[in-house]
Amino acid sequence: MDSPQKVHVEFEGVSKSYDGRTVVVRDLDLAVYEGEFLTLLGPSGSGKTTCLMMLAGFQTPTSGTIRIGGRAVDDLPPRKRDIGVVFQNYALFPHMTVGENLSFPLEVRGMEPRQIRERVRGALELVRLEGLEGRRPGELSGGQQQRVAIARALVFEPALVLMDEPLGALDRRLREEMQYEVRRIQRRLGVTVVYVTHDQQEAMAMSDRVAVFQRGRIEQVAPPEALYEEPQREFVARFIGDNNLLRGKVVGVEGDFCRVEVGGQIVTAFRVVPCEVGDPVSVAIRPERVAVAPEPGLYGNEFDAGIDDITFLGDHLRLRMTVCDTPDFIAKIPNIVGHGAVLEGDRVRVGWTLTDGRVLEPDGPETGSK
Amino acid sequence: MRPAVLVLPLAAFIAVTFVAPLLVMLGRSVHDPMVADALPETLGLLRSWDGERTPPEAVFETMARELLKARREKSLGRIATRVNRVQAGLRSVLMKSVRRLRGAHPPDSWREAMIALDPKWGQTRTWHAIRRAGERFTLRHYLHALDLDQAPGGGIIRQPPDLRIYLPLLRRTLAVSLGITLLCLLLGYPIAYLIANAPPHRANLLLLLVLVPFWTSLLVRTTSWIVLLQTQGVINDLLAAVGLIADDQRISMIYNMTGTVVAMTHVLLPFMVLPLFSVMRTIPPLYMSAAASLGASFLQAFRRVYWPQTLPGVAAGSLLVFILAIGYYITPALVGGQSGQLISNMVAYHMQQSLNWGLAAALGGVLLGGVFLLYLVFNRLVGVDRMRLG
Amino acid sequence: MTLHRSIPAAFLLLATALTGLTPFALAESVTVVSWGGSYARACEKAFHEPFTAETGIEIRLEDYNGGLAQIRAQVETGNVHWDVVDMEMADAVRGCDEGLLEPLDLGALAPGADGKPAEEDFYPGSLTECGVGTLFYSTIYAYNLERFPGNRPSTIADFFDLEKFPGRRGMRRTPQVNMEFALMADGVPLDQVYAALRTQEGLDRAFRKLDTIKDHIVWWEAGAQPPQMLADGEVTMSTAYNGRIFNAQVLENQPFVIVWDGQLLDTGQLVIVAGSPNLEAARKFFSFSTTVRSLVAVGRYISYSPARQSGTALISTHLETGVDMKPHMPTTPENAARGLQYDWEWWSDHIDEMNLRFIAWLLR
Repeated sequence: MDSPQKVHVEFEGVSKSYDGRTVVVRDLDLAVYEGEFLTLLGPSGSGKTTCLMMLAGFQTPTSGTIRIGGRAVDDLPPRKRDIGVVFQNYALFPHMTVGENLSFPLEVRGMEPRQIRERVRGALELVRLEGLEGRRPGELSGGQQQRVAIARALVFEPALVLMDEPLGALDRRLREEMQYEVRRIQRRLGVTVVYVTHDQQEAMAMSDRVAVFQRGRIEQVAPPEALYEEPQREFVARFIGDNNLLRGKVVGVEGDFCRVEVGGQIVTAFRVVPCEVGDPVSVAIRPERVAVAPEPGLYGNEFDAGIDDITFLGDHLRLRMTVCDTPDFIAKIPNIVGHGAVLEGDRVRVGWTLTDGRVLEPDGPETGSK
Repeated sequence: MRPAVLVLPLAAFIAVTFVAPLLVMLGRSVHDPMVADALPETLGLLRSWDGERTPPEAVFETMARELLKARREKSLGRIATRVNRVQAGLRSVLMKSVRRLRGAHPPDSWREAMIALDPKWGQTRTWHAIRRAGERFTLRHYLHALDLDQAPGGGIIRQPPDLRIYLPLLRRTLAVSLGITLLCLLLGYPIAYLIANAPPHRANLLLLLVLVPFWTSLLVRTTSWIVLLQTQGVINDLLAAVGLIADDQRISMIYNMTGTVVAMTHVLLPFMVLPLFSVMRTIPPLYMSAAASLGASFLQAFRRVYWPQTLPGVAAGSLLVFILAIGYYITPALVGGQSGQLISNMVAYHMQQSLNWGLAAALGGVLLGGVFLLYLVFNRLVGVDRMRLG
Repeated sequence: MTLHRSIPAAFLLLATALTGLTPFALAESVTVVSWGGSYARACEKAFHEPFTAETGIEIRLEDYNGGLAQIRAQVETGNVHWDVVDMEMADAVRGCDEGLLEPLDLGALAPGADGKPAEEDFYPGSLTECGVGTLFYSTIYAYNLERFPGNRPSTIADFFDLEKFPGRRGMRRTPQVNMEFALMADGVPLDQVYAALRTQEGLDRAFRKLDTIKDHIVWWEAGAQPPQMLADGEVTMSTAYNGRIFNAQVLENQPFVIVWDGQLLDTGQLVIVAGSPNLEAARKFFSFSTTVRSLVAVGRYISYSPARQSGTALISTHLETGVDMKPHMPTTPENAARGLQYDWEWWSDHIDEMNLRFIAWLLR
């Protein structure tokens, strides 16, 4: 995935509005590379499913162009796009057996029966459902239906597969198993997958890259690690994993670092986005990077904190504190010292390294994408 | 209290208003004691008659006595009618003979006197007919309902062509019902699809449009069709005004089969739309999208994905419309004219006009049997448990 | 509890209301069943209203289109609500045979205008066991003059001639009359029509003749329909009761023409239904309406002539328009000469099988 990448799908200035007033997707640019597993992540109503449906051809962009393999597909009906789609509720045809469901895309393509049988067997093997051709979808478990849906989207060997929250209906254990399974299949076939989910863990676990959606815009497109470690915007920082956000004003810039005044104290943090003195910014610190009662002088940022609340979570403790006049500041500390080392109402010192604090653009009405 | 007690009132109601009349009616189709009760002695004597020669004097004498008694009891007309149903023409023989014998002195030989009044008294056919009319239990009505008759010799023969009514009518009824069912399906399917896939407020409005005629009096609707379709009606006026037809070449669209089919299709349409709608409502539009994404054209997607899933509704609607159409009576009676009559109009005729309740009941029995048979075939082919009535 | 007492009371009230045994009947009344339309109106004017004025007995008028079915149903279920019925001769004879009608009480009939006893005053054959003849009426065919301005139909054969006189035909949906018309039109002499009907060949011949116009027939049931159908242009000619056409001519100025050729002359019969709930009032009405005065009075509203010999001479003019009624009466010699006397006896004996044959023919 790192060699010179060919663009497979491209959104260029795509906007969509259903009623002409509310804009669901606004002026969206996005490139998906060949063989890539790209996830569109965002809360419900953020426009990610609409993007997927426009790509599949079920919705038409209000403006802008979508290109697949370099070709604009605005006038191409869904059936001619040759895209495999896995729907949220599988959309397996209930009156057909598994075999018939899988044969369907091949039959409408006029393939020969012998070839169809082979392909169907291959597809079932791929999703490890050999021997279930004769069953009807209603007789399968949720996970099995999911596999059939994936097999059906792949059986006609499309180069591009779209998945719309395909694992949403499964319980947690099965969902994790299927995440692995989907990833395995995608790697094996090398198809391009555009995957929609609102579950950030799922997005992190499966994707090559994740596009974070909010209110019809993409906040950030990046590989999972980068999203986690280097969120560029407050929304992303909050949406991907937990983050403490300290809001303040830039009072000084020193190389890659900014000095930010928060609640009368100065926080030094790594500069992810360009900033200048006087800019209102947020400083994000991951709860697991916060050290409680550290050796003095070890961290670039050290402050007094009051513990408001402690939650025992087995392998770690979760402390809710007030830091720099900001309440609800969370720290996660490993359960090494045992329960009772710190108590509610204690005043402690907390600290974090200069690079663990990151300066982000705060969310505002005028924030732009990219 | 057990749950069974809760349905007891309904069960009793159905037993009294449906099951009992049905059984009584079916009973009437095979049981008619009228003649047997009126001519007990004659029929007793006829039992020992050889059936090949004219019966002996005693039979004639008893017959005359019992007929005269029946006349006094005002039942002669009805007896004559029943004998006449076994053999046409005997009514006038009986009535005429009794009119002449009444008040006259008892003749020396009743046999000769009666044969002199009408030579039919001398024919063995006549006495066979009287004997058959005197059977308390008979399958005669069922034979007649199938355009068959008992030959004087005992075998079963077809009615002469100019008296065959019920089989042609039954065939016509089946064909018309089938046609109406198809029409309802063709017209109802797109409507049901539209309603099932419309946004809720529009769906309610459309459903209302389907149901409003359903709530309108049948007579009002049928009369509206008369206003529209008659020769001097709205449609013909319009066509003539536009110049599509000449004023004296107006199209006959009512008081014939066209009228029956049009009006009945309209009347029965909701029975097709509602089951279809209830099935289609449960089919997410997603399936059609899925089929399209798999490369199917609209027609392929419809034929292989949508249509098969609506089959339970199609089956339920069709069965409902077909069965209702087979038994439909009021609409053909009002707008059917001569060529638009169906089998139920004959049932009504025998119930209300000829008062041949036995035959009406037998026709009803044949219809009931036919529908039951159809149901069995249908169950075999589609499976009633898969049907959705709405 | 009052509720417990009032519920049975309510049912009782409902039951009495349903059976018509209203305990609060105010006036004596009698239910008279007739043929509706202009004929019923003529009867109302001629003797219903005078009867009520004279006796105080109310008349409830109902319409019917012939046949015995309704009366059979009433008598057999014991729920008779018709008292006096104006019916066809064949039905009257048959209904009498079946015990559906009260036997005729000759003493109830008023003598003729010339004082002759009733038995002698009524035309022969018009008194039957249960009924008494009232009026001569005939079934004729009429056409709309506007449709045939040039060559006009004049014979019964013309009715069946679609080439010379194109257009739809109205006919009553019964085998009666139509069979006779068909045979006469096919050239069977008047005096052999019923003889022919007694043979299979004759029946076949009649149906074959009807076949020739079958697709152009519009069937009617009520006597009021033919003038309406002619006026609407639904048909160009139609069989009809002569009085209905006459009324349309004189009262509505309709351009209808009656063709007397082949007319079928019949007598209407007045009968009392067996088990009539208002027998006394029915008898009074029966006597009143069969007087010469009443019968002649009908002839001042519609062109039907009295079945009493002493009434024939009293035929005068149409009350409203002053038109001389004689040329319009079916019994007027020049009209009667071209027609046939309806054989009610044959029809009363054969109506069942003829009906079935007719239905079978309709289906073919």
